Amino acid sequence: MSTDSIALTAAQDGPRPWSAAVHSWITTVDHKRIGILYIVLSLIFLVIGGIEATIMRIQLIVPHNHFVSPQFFNQMFTMHGTTMIFFVAMPILFGFGNYLIPLMIGARDMAFPRVNAWSFWLTAFGGILLYFSFIGGYGLYGAGAAPDVGWFAYAPLTAPAFSVGHSTDFWTLGLLISGIGSIGAAVNFVATILSMRCPGMTLGKMPLLVWLNLVMGSMVLFVISPLTAAQIMLAIDRFLGGHFFDTQAGGSAVLWMHFFWIFGHPEVYVLVIPAFAFISEIVPVFSRKPIFGYPIMVAATVGIGFVSFGVWAHHMFTVGMNSYANSFFALTTMVVGVPTGIKIFNWIGTMWGGKLRFKTPLLFCIAFLFQFLIAGLTGIMLACTPFNWQLSGSYFVVAHFHYVIVGAILFALFGAFYYWFPKMSGRMYNEVLGKLHFWLFVIGFHLTFDFMHIPGLLGMPRRIYTYEPGRGWETWNLISTVGTIFQGIAVLIFVWNLARSCFAGKIAGNDPWDAWTLEWSTSSPPPEYNFAQIPVVSSRRPLWDLKHPEDPDLDV
Amino acid sequence: MSSASLTPSTLESQWRLPSRGHVGMLCLIAAESAIFIIFVVAYIFYIGKSISGPTPKEVLEIPIFATVCLLSSSITIHLALSSIRREKLGAFRLWWFATFVLGAIFLVETGMEWKRLIVERGLTIQTNLFGTTYYSLVGLHASHVTVGLILLFTVAVFAFLGKVRSEHEPRLDVLAYYWHFVDAVWVIVFTVVYIVGR
Repeated sequence: MSTDSIALTAAQDGPRPWSAAVHSWITTVDHKRIGILYIVLSLIFLVIGGIEATIMRIQLIVPHNHFVSPQFFNQMFTMHGTTMIFFVAMPILFGFGNYLIPLMIGARDMAFPRVNAWSFWLTAFGGILLYFSFIGGYGLYGAGAAPDVGWFAYAPLTAPAFSVGHSTDFWTLGLLISGIGSIGAAVNFVATILSMRCPGMTLGKMPLLVWLNLVMGSMVLFVISPLTAAQIMLAIDRFLGGHFFDTQAGGSAVLWMHFFWIFGHPEVYVLVIPAFAFISEIVPVFSRKPIFGYPIMVAATVGIGFVSFGVWAHHMFTVGMNSYANSFFALTTMVVGVPTGIKIFNWIGTMWGGKLRFKTPLLFCIAFLFQFLIAGLTGIMLACTPFNWQLSGSYFVVAHFHYVIVGAILFALFGAFYYWFPKMSGRMYNEVLGKLHFWLFVIGFHLTFDFMHIPGLLGMPRRIYTYEPGRGWETWNLISTVGTIFQGIAVLIFVWNLARSCFAGKIAGNDPWDAWTLEWSTSSPPPEYNFAQIPVVSSRRPLWDLKHPEDPDLDV
Repeated sequence: MSSASLTPSTLESQWRLPSRGHVGMLCLIAAESAIFIIFVVAYIFYIGKSISGPTPKEVLEIPIFATVCLLSSSITIHLALSSIRREKLGAFRLWWFATFVLGAIFLVETGMEWKRLIVERGLTIQTNLFGTTYYSLVGLHASHVTVGLILLFTVAVFAFLGKVRSEHEPRLDVLAYYWHFVDAVWVIVFTVVYIVGR
């Protein structure tokens, strides 16, 4: 393995007009640039989705509020959910995977670079199509309308009779197209990881991030496809007059629920497994210890992958399934707690006795551990069928899944941003601002989502436009809304910190964290070809071996 | 860099990984299988649930000739690939073209069946649940056959121009995976639509 680079000639490295730079970004097939495009796209949608969330919180701050109309409120929660899952969480994780996987396995690019670019542009086009509904929802009738059927779009609400105009069509087609992009990205992930590893990197020596992305990629193949199939059926119903979900012609609304949640629940693990991957890379480096229990971590991840396909109907306990189905899905859902528990123990085991460096990435990881634990515990509460009958469709559920998606996934993502920012930009971020972001976000997160459980327990249903005073919900809603202010300021600090550090940050050098995986052996940012010489590895921590030839990490 | 038992040079020469084309195609097949499974489940779930006619029993005829053609095309594509592996380019062109023709016959037969159902029997995708699920499932498969035929035809054109040589065999093998998959799916669709559902 070598850390040298190839010198560029002046013609290759000289200044270029901005139009050439834009052209090179649009036509790029370089996995690092596509990764950054994915991340930038997601950050734009994150801001849009965040604004939608803020509008809902302002509407709910006091009873009988008239900040927005009921119709607009329905559009807001539909667009917020759809945007955050399909156009923030998925692409941002694909972006990090795209950027990091080839670097970590010592490859020069993904297995199919052009498919990679194609997948990105499909995802981007799907997002644009979804948002075009704001101006094109009623087509020629003028006033636009975003979809307002909720992010899981239960039948028969999506039938042409109940969703007049084209807003639901934009939702269906946007997700269909971006779903095909996701499948393309997943094919690429799996093929890259299985076929492009550098010499010596056997499956057992891959960094955990790569392993977890392999599991995630394989899951996406089976997770997104049911959604794609269901969207094709919905499109057939809406465009061709089919009857799949048309209850008046004998079609079944419950079938849509099954199809949607066969996608919908494993999707949560598709999102959280890359978050686990970030934690599994960051915690060891900032604890100065190799990861504890590597094989068990891999096995637990694969276990989660399999079990996650047998839990979907816990979203449907209130539909009225028989008691065998209820017991089965309650049991499988609780079983998920076992491998995830193992993972939490292993991260704690990695930190235990380590020499902890409390930089911003580690702070986000530690918060992740606590919050993910609580999210898992409320998940087990909701897996108990009788408890679920009481609280399904209440704010308790909303609080639970935001604990998973914000408290776990978004926190892991922020940690990943700070950890790999020096590699992507070549410069360090501002540590003080990073810690300020962390503390403000922790405070805001807990204000919003801890106190959101309580109105749920008090019976506040999700998706209501407004509520009556005197039910004990006012204070909790007020606190939740106040929390969003903290979160908003924290995110602004985050954006400012990264944007400013891109130009004014301290030069990072190849390896600012004294880390161990291959991406830190190239320059920051890495050259287009990644490695001047394809590395050869003989352990799980190749860069450690290079830095410590007297103490190689051979037999792990 | 130090290493225990293997020096890097021997390691590099022994380093073998699966071909990315094959892995990629298998992944695509996995994703496509999941899509087909959902459509098959919907078909089975809706068997006998139509609230108006016509029923499958009344209108469906078992497409034996088309099925024989499509399944035979799996054999001919296999023969084409074993010919190119043994550098017999003439035989390769013949078997490859035969594969295309057999696939095309299948597609034409499907088209004629649909025409008969629509024109003579009045069964469209809007008629009832049977029509919706039937045209969706068979149509999804037929669209995969169409994609496969375009790929087969492209290769056939290059083969008759003399551009396909034995070093292209791994790529053609990837294409053959897809074609075998399309055939295997037909076995499922045939069983569900024409045997179980009838």
